[in-house]
Amino acid sequence: MTASSQSLNRRGLSRRQAVAALGLGSVVVTLVPLSAEATPESAKKMLGDLVKAAPKAGKVQIKTQEIAENGNTVPVTISVESPMTDKDYVKEIHVVSDKNPQPGVASFMLTPANGKAEVQFRMRMAETQNVIAVAVMSDGSAWTAAREVKVTIGGCGG
Amino acid sequence: MPRLRSPLLTAAAALAVLGSLAACDGDKSKSAAMADSGDPLAQYRANPKYKAFMAGEKMSGYVFASPETQAMQDDDFENPGMLAVQDGEEEWSKVEGAAGKSCASCHQDAAKSMKGVAVSYPKFEPKRGKLANIEHRINLCRTEHMKAPELKWESKPLLGLTAYVEHQSRGLPISVKVDGPAAPFFEEGKKFYYTRRGQMDIACAQCHEQNPGMNIGVENLSQGQSNGYPTYRLKWQSFGSLHRRFEGCNQEVRAEPYPRGSDEYTNLELYVAWRGNGLKSEAPSVRR
Amino acid sequence: MAADIKPRIRVPQTAKKDEIIEIKTLISHPMESGQRKDSQGKIIPRKIINKMTVAFNGKPVFEAKLEPSISANPYLSFFLKCSASGNLDFTWTDDDGSVYKATQAITVA
Repeated sequence: MTASSQSLNRRGLSRRQAVAALGLGSVVVTLVPLSAEATPESAKKMLGDLVKAAPKAGKVQIKTQEIAENGNTVPVTISVESPMTDKDYVKEIHVVSDKNPQPGVASFMLTPANGKAEVQFRMRMAETQNVIAVAVMSDGSAWTAAREVKVTIGGCGG
Repeated sequence: MPRLRSPLLTAAAALAVLGSLAACDGDKSKSAAMADSGDPLAQYRANPKYKAFMAGEKMSGYVFASPETQAMQDDDFENPGMLAVQDGEEEWSKVEGAAGKSCASCHQDAAKSMKGVAVSYPKFEPKRGKLANIEHRINLCRTEHMKAPELKWESKPLLGLTAYVEHQSRGLPISVKVDGPAAPFFEEGKKFYYTRRGQMDIACAQCHEQNPGMNIGVENLSQGQSNGYPTYRLKWQSFGSLHRRFEGCNQEVRAEPYPRGSDEYTNLELYVAWRGNGLKSEAPSVRR
Repeated sequence: MAADIKPRIRVPQTAKKDEIIEIKTLISHPMESGQRKDSQGKIIPRKIINKMTVAFNGKPVFEAKLEPSISANPYLSFFLKCSASGNLDFTWTDDDGSVYKATQAITVA
């Protein structure tokens, strides 16, 4: 977001007003009682069910906002290092997150015809959490990366 | 995402935040203020990319958006607001009502007939004896000329038609007139803008005139310009009208919102549009 | 409802041989998560686009399985290496069984 983080009360809004507006927005999300909430454990379990090999860190890159501008629509780009040839390509990319109502986000099946292993989508994030991606290669090996996205619904986003 | 609004819990939580903020009493914000010489808008003014999104000191909501949100608007394909424009294009030539007409029966090619129209709205409409915005104008056309029922505010066809008509003026400067018969309605809108309201006792002006560029939580306040509306909002995950946005603002200061399409919001729409006179229309924009 | 759902695709019409092109897709859809409640407190049933498949000249080249965490009006982009001219066929599958389709020809020179 912006580099500036000046105090509002300098220019007409009292602290009470600014803080009240902040509290109204930021607290709402954490109060939501969600059934079947995802946890780091359930996210891990889901990935374990989807991917047989134990994933190693590397080859996968997750590009997204450090602080989501709005948690309802967060653009995410996942790219995987691979020559994408008939002999060596990315077969699957699985994406989960660990604090949404459910851990699953999306799974992508790729082929050498893609030429480049990169996908983009837009996702919902109920609160600050990790996005975790696992890529499965044609040789069966699995690679992973995780990235935290902060979701703060602060201020008067009316 | 589901949101629970419990006034009691929220108030308690707000108090908790107040307590924690009082404890560290703004030292950080003071140093940040000094670091950028006290003008939070300087960073936007200095960015040549934003020239097209400014008119003098007026700044479109675009400059306050994240690069990702800007990118979503920059590419018509990635902009989900274009789905609404597409809906409107289909509605444009749909025959409805007893007169057996569509919009196109009178206005033919919207690219020609509607170019420059939306940037002059809201304006005084003698048939209503008050202001009309584009939504009102569309419904007036329907009842008067098509002999068709009015479209419901915020309905898919009305949002679509509004988006389609507004889109024909994209890139043209907002140029509403506030003199003559529009003057008293403009004054009403201005009064609305400066009136404190709601449990938080905040007026539009306090955020959008006195504090643009300042942060409220992690979010920066914009000048509240309307040149991008109707818009695709990330928060809504849908396309929506300026009056829906006004409603959201009013709710956030815990004021009772006025109905969409009401005289109060239409007068405010004229005043807000006038504040942005000279900014280029971005309809359909993407906003957070 | 189904009539309201419109898929959009952006595929270059021509490409050089073995050029890697970006394909963008967007479909108007509420992606109702099954987690929201209506004003009476009743859960709004889940209704999402759960799958998009893409075939080139009849052969599957890309598939996406989507969950309720995907935002409304799902946008998806991916890449394609153009080995030959042909048709790119897109199919979206809705929870209610509806299927939406789009097609575009690519000429490889």
